[in-house]
Amino acid sequence: MPALELLFGTNGWGPLLLKGAGITILLALASAPFGFGAGLLLALMNLSGSRVLRGACTAFTTLFRGIPDLLSLFIVYFGLQAALNWIASRVAPGQAFTMDAFVAGALSLSVVVAAYSSEVWVAALHAVPRHQHEAAHALGLGRWRAFRLVILPQLGRVALPGLGNIWTILLKDTSLISTLAVSDLLRAASEASRSTQRPMLFYGAAAMIYLFFSIVSGGMQSVLERRANRGYA
Amino acid sequence: MGGWLDLSMIEANGWRLLAGLEITVEVVAISCSIGFVLSYPIALMRMARNPVPRTLSLCYVTFFRGTPLLCQLYLVYYGAGEIRPFLTSLGLWWFFRQAFYCCVFAFSLNTAAYQAEIVRGALLSVSRGQIEAAQALGLSRYRVARHVVFPQALLVALRPLGNELISIIKASALAAIVTLLDLMGQTRLIFARTFDFSIYLYAALIYLAMTALIARVWNLVERRLTRHLRKRADPVSRAVGAPGTAPSPTELSTASQAR
Repeated sequence: MPALELLFGTNGWGPLLLKGAGITILLALASAPFGFGAGLLLALMNLSGSRVLRGACTAFTTLFRGIPDLLSLFIVYFGLQAALNWIASRVAPGQAFTMDAFVAGALSLSVVVAAYSSEVWVAALHAVPRHQHEAAHALGLGRWRAFRLVILPQLGRVALPGLGNIWTILLKDTSLISTLAVSDLLRAASEASRSTQRPMLFYGAAAMIYLFFSIVSGGMQSVLERRANRGYA
Repeated sequence: MGGWLDLSMIEANGWRLLAGLEITVEVVAISCSIGFVLSYPIALMRMARNPVPRTLSLCYVTFFRGTPLLCQLYLVYYGAGEIRPFLTSLGLWWFFRQAFYCCVFAFSLNTAAYQAEIVRGALLSVSRGQIEAAQALGLSRYRVARHVVFPQALLVALRPLGNELISIIKASALAAIVTLLDLMGQTRLIFARTFDFSIYLYAALIYLAMTALIARVWNLVERRLTRHLRKRADPVSRAVGAPGTAPSPTELSTASQAR
């Protein structure tokens, strides 16, 4: 069958690929806020005076930055399932607990993103000059209000390039979830190529969709960066 | 789940992990070397005045950096099967028939794109005045490159290249998905046989040891090679990343280029 018909014909695989692409984007969008948020928390822990917190945070980021993303995903994915089953066996014995693959996948991606982004946040926190803290303190703002009103708004601008990078990593890392049980873009392409024996066509099409996402993300990133830097010439 | 410190696990399966580690090291070493060799011409094409090579190089880099490595690996591994008659006619089928070579092929092309961007950034970081001064001294093009541009560019590229090596080690785990029995592949196999989750943690420790070792060695090498740039050793600000100063954008962007 000609390539165009396989993709766009009435019985073509286009809709399946598009649905997979939607799941890929959803997966990335669902993981990003948790991952970036947890990364910021880790960075604050890292810079807090407490030695215990800092040690825990360093251990976490060193581990998940130092091992393959695929392995991190497996560990979190299967570890999470095992932990939930263990809890379930305590709370309600005899009942097996299965976690939705999408949720588990998004959570494991968040863990990886958190470990990667904490470094960006640490650098951004260092970049806010010390006198900003002192000025906020002098104005009588408490720690939380000083952070929320003074520090946080300045973090975004500095962290944006780094976070944008991690976003593109995340977008590509979603493809690893296809090896678990989520029918994302790459898995859709695998199914299509297995049924039709045309792997070049469908993996190529998937690659083009990923490329489109990357390019759009890059464009949005530079728009956001220009906007964030508009006061700084 | 087995015990967290169950040593019988390692006794029974340790040699498998070691065999897997060997494959991982081979794949990474070969791909990184080929990628390094390819990266320089790609970077030069990218900086050429002629728009044809420039566009080609841009497309290459954009494709390999903008799509997941796993997708590229599938394209090579499964795609090769689709065009088998063609590859056979070229006498290349023996190469693409094996998962090992497919992985090396895909990883090399992928890392070449990343390394090309690093090399390009490093070459651009050498200030124009340096080159002009060298030309004014009457040095030939080759000598300008050899004695002025490369030594300075390599120092700039060193850290990101180290990060790239670490990132390839991590990415090499994808080889397991196309049935190669590298460290990750052996780990999955052992897990499938024993259902002992702790094997993943042992694998994590091995990967961590590898990446940490390389990071450490790389830091030593960098310290050694940049010793002329430091007035005196200042371990504190190096460790903390000089508090109060914004990190340079290159440092941020190369912090972690996972696939």
